[in-house]
Parts: sequence; structure tokens; C-alpha cells
Amino acid sequence: MYMPSPGLPEFDYVKPTSPAEASRILAERPEQARPFMGGTDLFVRMRDGLVRPETMVDVKHLPGMQAIRLDAEEVLTIGAATTLNQVAGHPVVQTRYPLLMEAANSVASYQLRNRATLGGNLCNASPAADTAPATLLLEGRVVLYGPSGERVLPAEEFFLGPGTTAIQPGEFMTAVRFPIPPAGSAGKYLKLGRNKAGDLAIAGVAVLGFPNGTTSGHSFRIGLASVGPVPLRARQAEQALAANPPGEESFMLAAEKAMDAAAPIDDVRASAEYREAMVRRLTFRALREVWAQMEEGK
Amino acid sequence: MGSHPITVTVNGAKERLNVQSNETLLQMLRERLALTGTKNGCSAGECGACTIVMNGEPVNSCMVLAVEADGAEIVTVEGLAKDGQLTLLQEAFAEHNAVQCGFCTPGVLISAHALLERNPHPTEEETKLALVGNLCRCTGYLRLVEAVQAAAEKAAPSVPMKGDA
Repeated sequence: MYMPSPGLPEFDYVKPTSPAEASRILAERPEQARPFMGGTDLFVRMRDGLVRPETMVDVKHLPGMQAIRLDAEEVLTIGAATTLNQVAGHPVVQTRYPLLMEAANSVASYQLRNRATLGGNLCNASPAADTAPATLLLEGRVVLYGPSGERVLPAEEFFLGPGTTAIQPGEFMTAVRFPIPPAGSAGKYLKLGRNKAGDLAIAGVAVLGFPNGTTSGHSFRIGLASVGPVPLRARQAEQALAANPPGEESFMLAAEKAMDAAAPIDDVRASAEYREAMVRRLTFRALREVWAQMEEGK
Repeated sequence: MGSHPITVTVNGAKERLNVQSNETLLQMLRERLALTGTKNGCSAGECGACTIVMNGEPVNSCMVLAVEADGAEIVTVEGLAKDGQLTLLQEAFAEHNAVQCGFCTPGVLISAHALLERNPHPTEEETKLALVGNLCRCTGYLRLVEAVQAAAEKAAPSVPMKGDA
């Protein structure tokens, strides 16, 4: 019988006081040391014996790691260790990035979201990460700090495979930056789990729509979770929507193309076949809901 | 494998402890302070039996290191009643038979207590969402929700009664 152990394997806990110190500790022993923020994914993997760090480097107290701020260029910077409840509860996120709020609120439970962080959700690089599609669609850029200082890269270049990111030895994520969302945009994240709330996504579809100068007069961005090795943009579906006027017909066509973009696997939560069918359905529904919001907002 | 001196306030009492790096807050509460009201269920942040309040917000104590609680204010289920007097929430749980086997109850009480602190008049939907992270294997959810709603109404009636000042 499986008996959960409350204990964690042995490790050293260190709390560096500067990013440089954190980076140095991580770089010295890249195989053994791990950055640590909320721990909600990491502890589970440690208890399951999947990872066994010797040193846990608590980076969440470094300057700016839990701050949300809007700069002079109106770029929103969210510290990587900001909890999902802090993200979802922030007035700027609620008013300008409701898609991100919705995604953050869809993760696990209230008490877990008091520990789980935006940066951790992304760095864990689960294909099912709920905040990943929203981050892709809102053109988030991740800020990494490492031995040679800071570098910034688009979220789309950050995810390399299940559990694999562009983070190099000695690096850790310090923030995610979001530009001003397109004028008149509306968003929706539809997540299908085994139950209504609290579960991991079997499939997740995020849509961001906004008026612009395409043939159809509108652009829609589509992001998919849990249906491929990394969180995806369904580009061909997006192109179909730029070329065809919004409506049931073009939404159906885009939903088919989103399904084609998905490359899901069979796992304990669902079969690949079911996931494909659900991507089609969720994409159609999300497009319809976003379009209704756009019509209402005119 | 180091040990760390911490100072933490638990249910109003200041504690100075030497905790291990890999010791969880749950282990610290149960094994060092003998506060066994807080339960270990899944050890994966899913069941909520270990929920406690840390600096005003509910968290899964199996997902927090004891060393991280340095300087924190912790409230466990033992800290809800004062001088042997149950809170309105605890009374409502008894009145509504919202307890079956009792294993999930401390975590549910803490989640519900934290909900009413941040939102004294939750809708039924808000109560259900606040309890998503507390699994009850007796499946007594209906009574949990009824008890929370009743406690909220009793603590701060939404419609003042006639004659109330």
C-alpha cells in the first residue's frame, strides 16, 4: 500500500542575500543545487524520488522576486516568486490582463496558490502549466539571472520540452515581463480537468482576441496546454482566423487546425485521442466566448 | 544537513526552535510542538488536511519548510477556540453535523476560517471554491458548506434584524 511520507529527503537549505550569491551557489554545483520558490511541484517530485537536490537555494526573498510593478513604458513586471494568489489579486492584472488572472486562479486550490508561484509554474515546464498559454499569448518575456548577468527571452523560446527549459547552469528566473496587451483585447482560458476545479489540465485552451488590420479585421491568438511536449501556439489556426471573418464557420475551421497543432500523449489523466477531440471543442468554445466579449465591449 | 534557529509565533505563543533543513512546517507543528490537530494526509498539497494559517493566509503545511516559518505568525486548529470557547464557525460545524470521521475537519475549519476573515459574506459558490483544496473522504461536502454559510450569517447578519442598533 502506498503510504505518503510527510518527510523530505535530506538537503541543505541556503538563503542567499544577493542574486550573484544565488547564481554562484547554483553554478558551482549545477547537478546538486536547485533554486527553490514555492516548492509545490518540487516537494512532490522529491517525495516521489524523482529529484534529489543536495542544496535548496531559496531565491524568493531576493529583491524584487515578489514584487509586481508597472514601469514608465507600461510594461508589467511580475517577480518570479510572486504567488499565484498575489498575481490573480493584483488590480493591474485584474483590469489589463484578465486572461492571466483566470489562468492563475485555475491552478490547484486557494491554499496551494498561496505558495505556488508564477515563475515556478513556468520553470517547472510541465506541458500542463496553466499559466503558460496565457504567458505565451500575452507575449510574456522571462528574465533570467545568471553568471553573466541578466538575459531576457520570449516565453516561447523558454520551453524546450517536458520539464526542460532554456535555463542554463547557474541561472534562475527573476521575473516575467508583459507588454501592454493589444487595445480592445479579450481573453478566455478553458481548462478541462477530471473534476471542475483543483485538478491538473487534461487539456487547456487559451484565446486572446483583438481588433486589428488583418483581412478579417481581427486577430486571435491561441495557446494550448497539456497537449504536446511544451505549451504551444496554434499558429495555423491563428492564420485562418486572420484571413476569415469571425463566426461559427471560421471558429470551426480554426478549432480543426488547433487540433492538428496538438501532439498529445496517452497518460493517467486521458488518452491522446480524447485530448485531441477536447482541443477542438475547447478552442471552438473559447473563440466563441472571446468573440462575444469583443462584441459586447465595442 | 544543517539545523537552523528560528523564532515563530504559534497560536499566540512565541517559540524558539532549532529546525532541520528538510523539516516541514507540518512535522514541526506535530512532532516538536505536539499540535496534532493538523493532519498529514497526502503529503502532496492536494488533500488540505495539513492546512494552517501562515501570516494571515492558509497554506498546506506539508508544502512549507519549517525554516521558512522563521518570523511567521502561525494559527492551527488548536488556536481557533479561545479560553475553551468555540468560535461561531466551530459551533456551526457541530450544529450542522459537518463532521463525520473528523480527519479533514481541522483543515476545513482553517480554510473556512481564513475565508471568513477575507470575505465575511461569501456566496455558496465562493465557499465551495475556498474549500476546493480540502478533500473529505466521507464526502460530507454539503454540510460543510451549510455550516460555513450559517457561521457567516451568525457572525455578521447580512440583513440587520429589527431593533438592532
